[in-house]
Amino acid sequence: MRISVQREDFDAGAEIRRLSGDGSVGAIASFVGLVRDVPMTLEHYAGMTEREIAKIAHEAAQRWNVIDVTVIHRFGELRPADQIVLVAVAAAHRGEAFAACEFVMDYLKTRAPFWKKEHRAGAAEWVEAKASDDAAAERWTGAGKDPGATSSR
Amino acid sequence: MKVKLLFFASLREQLGTPGEEVDLPSGVTTVAALREHLIQRGGAYGKAFGGKALVRAAVNQDMVQPSAPIQAGDEVAFFPPVTGG
Repeated sequence: MRISVQREDFDAGAEIRRLSGDGSVGAIASFVGLVRDVPMTLEHYAGMTEREIAKIAHEAAQRWNVIDVTVIHRFGELRPADQIVLVAVAAAHRGEAFAACEFVMDYLKTRAPFWKKEHRAGAAEWVEAKASDDAAAERWTGAGKDPGATSSR
Repeated sequence: MKVKLLFFASLREQLGTPGEEVDLPSGVTTVAALREHLIQRGGAYGKAFGGKALVRAAVNQDMVQPSAPIQAGDEVAFFPPVTGG
């Protein structure tokens, strides 16, 4: 498992290649989040952020048959089109890789202590948390239900 | 009882400080009581922690509910709902 909270950019291709492993990996699912439209500053709670992401990654590894997980999240000043976050999950089969990757992203958005401040012309504003993000994380609770099992969300 | 307080994001800006060491009165033993204690300071604290302000808390870097206990030497962080990813 590789967890990194860093100011620097990352090479998603190199990170994915690193997960290729020894022949047991049959699928790597990855997600890259980018800055859209507006420059921003990302603040975080050093120490807790890493711990919280590690907890989420461990939880994913317990729920699915996951071989390895990489999570990289940036902080500091970011501009439109910059990479913010990478989640990559290696598993034997794609179903587990896709599900675990989405699970990590959904929980990261509601549990990892990061805060975005957007810099629009002449004004800087903190981004407000979205109820839709809470709903996305909540669909993973419930007795072993996966998203898609409930039609209401 | 002495604890270390940390404030993040909009809360840090509203209060004008990233944190402080504070000596709490003996009755203040939970996160909820600590929040109430901070509201009593009034001014920026009353505004930041009072009313319907959405404030989350962590004790020693673990996310907690308002009923969570606090002990001497704890690191207690307050912050708005998170917006990473």
